[in-house]
Amino acid sequence: MTASASPARLRAGSERRTRTLGNRLQRPGMVFVLPAVVLFGLFFTYPLLASLWQSLFASHGGITTFVGFDQYLRLFSDPLIGKSLLTAGILLVVQVPLMLALAVGLAYLLNQGWLRFRAGFRVLHFLPAVTTLVAYSVVFRVLLATDGGAVNQLIGLVGLGPVDWLNNETWARVALIASITWRWTGYNMVIILAGLQSIPAELYEAARIDGAGRWAIFTRIVIPQLRPVLLFTGITSTIGALQLFDENFILTGGGPSDATLTPVLYLYKVGFRQFDFGYASAIAWLLVVLTAIISIVQFRLSREKS
Amino acid sequence: MTESMVRQRTRAAGRPVVTTDDADVERRRARLAAGIRHAPVYLVLAVGSIVSLIPFLWMVIASTHPTSALFGTPLPVLPGGELLANLARLQAETNFSRVMANSLGLAVVYTVFSSMISVMAGYGLAKFRFRGRGVILGLILVTMMIPMQVLLVPLFQMMASLGWIDTYQAVIVPFLANAFGIFLMRQAFLDFPDALIESARIDGAREFRTFYRIVLPVARPQVAALVIYTFMTQWNAFIWPLLMLNTEDNYTVPVALNTMIGLSRVDYSGLMLGSLIATLPLLVLFLVFQRQFIAGLLGGAVKG
Repeated sequence: MTASASPARLRAGSERRTRTLGNRLQRPGMVFVLPAVVLFGLFFTYPLLASLWQSLFASHGGITTFVGFDQYLRLFSDPLIGKSLLTAGILLVVQVPLMLALAVGLAYLLNQGWLRFRAGFRVLHFLPAVTTLVAYSVVFRVLLATDGGAVNQLIGLVGLGPVDWLNNETWARVALIASITWRWTGYNMVIILAGLQSIPAELYEAARIDGAGRWAIFTRIVIPQLRPVLLFTGITSTIGALQLFDENFILTGGGPSDATLTPVLYLYKVGFRQFDFGYASAIAWLLVVLTAIISIVQFRLSREKS
Repeated sequence: MTESMVRQRTRAAGRPVVTTDDADVERRRARLAAGIRHAPVYLVLAVGSIVSLIPFLWMVIASTHPTSALFGTPLPVLPGGELLANLARLQAETNFSRVMANSLGLAVVYTVFSSMISVMAGYGLAKFRFRGRGVILGLILVTMMIPMQVLLVPLFQMMASLGWIDTYQAVIVPFLANAFGIFLMRQAFLDFPDALIESARIDGAREFRTFYRIVLPVARPQVAALVIYTFMTQWNAFIWPLLMLNTEDNYTVPVALNTMIGLSRVDYSGLMLGSLIATLPLLVLFLVFQRQFIAGLLGGAVKG
């Protein structure tokens, strides 16, 4: 973003020199942008402010009263907020690293020069990213059925199970982690593969001449060079975990005992099952703040290097 | 490869060269060693491919068998003959042809209008200097960072007061301006040569004509990526259509699939068939437009 700002400014400078042309061209620029600006004003800025306003009110039996920051204080004493953040935290600590490690490993293998059928392998691994979120969650729900589900039949062949995947707190989390990992590993792999391909070949050459082994090349060259890409995939995956809805809504409905509840699913339940709009708005702003914190961390980390 | 060609040439000349044959044996041994070293890599990638494919294969197999077979032992591993029966049940349960038409229609209309808005705004922001441009650009960056879920409650109330609940326009209108799409297009047009635009202007072409005739055709690959990204966004949309649509004949595919799960007796074969049909349009798009599809999905993270 910062990189693209300077050429834009340069271009603006050249327009300034041809002043008459530049002035004449102000209006069309605004016309091109106008539809987007009007729509954003109506359906983004206004509802955003409305949500902030609404989070300061509570309604009981049709009477709405101003409660100040009470809705936000409620967040801190609500055990379900804790549970939903715990789910997001587990995804962050277990699912995101697992998926990124798999994605880096697969991308590294796919980047080997001698590999045949590379395009085929790439397409096959990317396929899960093509599925509709609801559809793949439905398929996993059926595959993970306790009685006679395909996964239980498969592990039954080696004498394991049957596992009550979707009704046991621990296994439901495992099932959720497995499903998300299936859906998103190939997607991240393709991003990381592009990162690998942009590492200059001279770096490998130099390391090889210095007598570095394959492992040393991987840890000393590949991983540091991938840092920006890993940061990007890590942050998007973290935000994805925080905003997860489709998968756990379909797979478990957030259960059992809210073991797979996420902040957005909780927001949905509070807002549209209990119709507590004030509290739902407070949850929404908690989400905004957490997302902002993650984005700031990303910004800081990416600046540290450069 | 070159070595074996050399060898063939020497054989053809009728002069067996001992050193070359030695090198050949060495080479074959090296190739065998490499093969053994490479085998685990192929094994890992094969396992990965199979794991990626199984849910797809299961959708195909399961949608051609009766529900009872999906949980029986042994599990079916080949497609069966119940596809049409399952399709008929799916149609009877959810009016699936209507649901499919809803999803396709909404996705196409959304894609046309949203892409137009993104392309225009991206061009305006990249190639013109006007008052408020910086503010608008900043607003778009902020929009990308704010979770869309914060808008659910107020947008729901807006739609309710407009009387738009359970209408198609409620599903697409609030999200027509797509910050990510605009940003994608701005980045694409930043690289567009100014000289081309200038020369069209000097020739006296109006701005929209320049845009339509000169700029758009050149930016076709990026626009294609945008169109695919936009289509996929609407095709996959779940939480907002779920909130907006109440009657079965208005449902989109994801909402209909969700309703089927909630029935007291779940028709699993029908559900698998519905999931398969939901996946097919994106699968076809992906296989035909692989490059643009990946570029659109990764959105600027990687250049296709």
